Amino acid sequence: MSAAAAVQEQKVEKNYLNADHTIASWLLTKDHKRIAVLYLISVTFFFFIGSIAAGLVRLELTSSQGLMLTSEAYNKMFSAHGVVMIFFFLIPAVPATLGNFILPIMLGARDLAFPRLNLLSWYLYVFAGILAAIALATGGFDAGWTFYTPLSSLYSNTQITMALSAAFIAGFSSIFTGLNFIVTVHKMRAPGMTWFRMPLMIWSTYATSVIIILGTPVVAITLFLVILERWLGIGIFSPEIGGDPVLFQHMFWFYSHPAVYIMVLPAMGVVSELMAAFSKRPVFGYHFVAFSSLAIAGLGFLVWGHHMFVSSQSVYLSVVFSFITFLVAIPSAIKTFNWTFTMFKGHVEFKTPMIYGLAFMGLFLIGGLTGLFLASLDTDVHLTGTYFIVAHFHYVMVGSATIAFMGGLHYWWPKMFGRMYSEFWGRISAITIFAGFNFTFFPQFIVGYLGMPRRYHYYFFEPGWEVYNIMSTMGATILAIGFAMPAFYLTASLLKGKKAPQNPWGAKGLEWEKAASPPVTHNFSEPVVVTEPAYNYPTLDEWPEDDAGVEAALAPQGGKG
Amino acid sequence: MSEHAAHNEGGDVVYAQYETIEQQQESYVVGMWSFLVTEIMFFGGLFMVYSLYRWKYVDVWSKMSTELDWRWGGLNTTILLISSFFVAMAVQKAQKRETKAQINYLWLTVLCALGFLCVKYVEYQAKFHHGLWPDALYTAPHIIPHGEEGYSRIFMSLYFAMTGLHGAHVAIGIIVITTLIFMTKAKAPSVSDFVPTEMVGLYWHFVDLVWIFLYPLFYLIPK
Repeated sequence: MSAAAAVQEQKVEKNYLNADHTIASWLLTKDHKRIAVLYLISVTFFFFIGSIAAGLVRLELTSSQGLMLTSEAYNKMFSAHGVVMIFFFLIPAVPATLGNFILPIMLGARDLAFPRLNLLSWYLYVFAGILAAIALATGGFDAGWTFYTPLSSLYSNTQITMALSAAFIAGFSSIFTGLNFIVTVHKMRAPGMTWFRMPLMIWSTYATSVIIILGTPVVAITLFLVILERWLGIGIFSPEIGGDPVLFQHMFWFYSHPAVYIMVLPAMGVVSELMAAFSKRPVFGYHFVAFSSLAIAGLGFLVWGHHMFVSSQSVYLSVVFSFITFLVAIPSAIKTFNWTFTMFKGHVEFKTPMIYGLAFMGLFLIGGLTGLFLASLDTDVHLTGTYFIVAHFHYVMVGSATIAFMGGLHYWWPKMFGRMYSEFWGRISAITIFAGFNFTFFPQFIVGYLGMPRRYHYYFFEPGWEVYNIMSTMGATILAIGFAMPAFYLTASLLKGKKAPQNPWGAKGLEWEKAASPPVTHNFSEPVVVTEPAYNYPTLDEWPEDDAGVEAALAPQGGKG
Repeated sequence: MSEHAAHNEGGDVVYAQYETIEQQQESYVVGMWSFLVTEIMFFGGLFMVYSLYRWKYVDVWSKMSTELDWRWGGLNTTILLISSFFVAMAVQKAQKRETKAQINYLWLTVLCALGFLCVKYVEYQAKFHHGLWPDALYTAPHIIPHGEEGYSRIFMSLYFAMTGLHGAHVAIGIIVITTLIFMTKAKAPSVSDFVPTEMVGLYWHFVDLVWIFLYPLFYLIPK
């Protein structure tokens, strides 16, 4: 009897992390959760590479003469920063890491529809990353992450071809991930998991996947044509033989503007989860938030021309692009207002993930509204190509996407690894990152408005800008400290963190209510049947009146886990 | 994976992540169609570039079209259309579980695909011979007016980019179909039902369809 019970107990404690310990079992795994962990390790690695390049850029700009880099080296630094951060951190960070881990569990599925394809997409990502690293190590590339022709096709003598190939292959990695998610959402939902019972994280990841499979192939063929042009000298974008270099910009931004939504939409999904879980309230206007994701995905394909207001693009076309760009503000505002109302009369707890969630709301607000300055034709002519743009897209990509990634990572960390992290250090680091981020990028709005051009490594013609740049570099230092902290306390959590209960936040959702921390290899010990809508928190009337009752309702659930 | 897979009553393999064989088959089909959507966007970019330049340099385009032999192109169109018929028959035979006939039709498809590539090789060879490979040594044909040689080089660039990419898809098709044949012969569990054949068929029809657009766009431009 007791022996049988012991065997039983051992069986229960088997989970996806300790199911098998060999290195091959990790490198050949088809388990979406293990692949998510592989992604987590690799995106973190590239985040630090990209950060080093960013640090050198910031250091150079502390002096109006340029501190230490040559023009060429500076060009290579910001190109490395852009390519690594966008293709190897931001695009895979939320969908391929957090999405990979959480999407099948949220749907009540045992895995993604195509586990082998999932593993293949990680290998493609790693292969592309190695190519990019080789390109950096063998001289770097200097055409920015946007690879504008004819600089990238005719004039640059750096490792552009290899960098383009890396971006091309990374594109296929994200295509396969997106395809996998689409099929999984359509076909792998548990019984009772109707479309409108899906958590909003799924809706936004689904919208992201649609963008990925429609947009990424177009940038793939575009980059491929530039590779052919460098390799063979064919002239699709070459003005020398009648080709149109601006055509490259059109094709590039047809993907790369929606790519911004590839970064920010899943981040918005994470924030929806955080707002509900830490306010203990259903997301206000669930349907509106769900459809606003699809609206952003759809409108995102119709706004690419706003990157080209000062190119040779027709001004009438620009007017249309400007107008549609303003329309994107509507679904974005719907989300922001609905998250705010989600907190209304909720039991808001300022845990680490929620601090990130609130930071997202503030920073996304600034990032989004400054986007409207740039969407207006006349202000854009003044602001384009200045640090105002740089500040704007960092508010969206770092302030929104990366902050939400951190929030999601902290939120699901106990589920991923079955360990709690230090709440104290988590909060300190979240606040440090928030402060450091604003300190870094807010001065850039001002100096950009004053006219400081981006991509210059000196500004001796206007030494007065030094004060803003030094402020920004100081902020970047604080930001770096903020990002370094999780490396320590999350590692500490892995080694000797407190065991996480099944539901440390008292949150609703299949991943908290039905799956152990960490989950078993096939996610659930028993088949899942969904009988209630997402975020089925008690209504305001059902909450206990007294403090002790509230305390009990908010306490972690699910025993020792 | 196979250690987790289970067999249903029909003897088909159901992988661990799926509940039923139907769910698995539907997932495969949705996945294949999604993949074809990405392929359409991939080629779509090239077709967009083509339309733009043809509109811009319409005279050069129709002159350059005469450099391509419509008879070779027509032969290839015929070959691909016939191959599409063969692959459709293979899918039907797979559904009826007539494995032998299925494999024969798949071999016929491969044969057509190889024939297509041979014709393509002859055509490319002629273009190289005439100095029409669009690199730095490119020499425009005499019919192109002075000053417009560059435009004709864009035409040849697009010709090689688009037919080359299509040819690569044909070559991948040959590899995939041959693999399917050998797996079916070896009675591999993952090809025990008709769905893999159907997906290969979908891919092959797509490759065929791309050529149906490429042929008139390059070979049959009116004077």
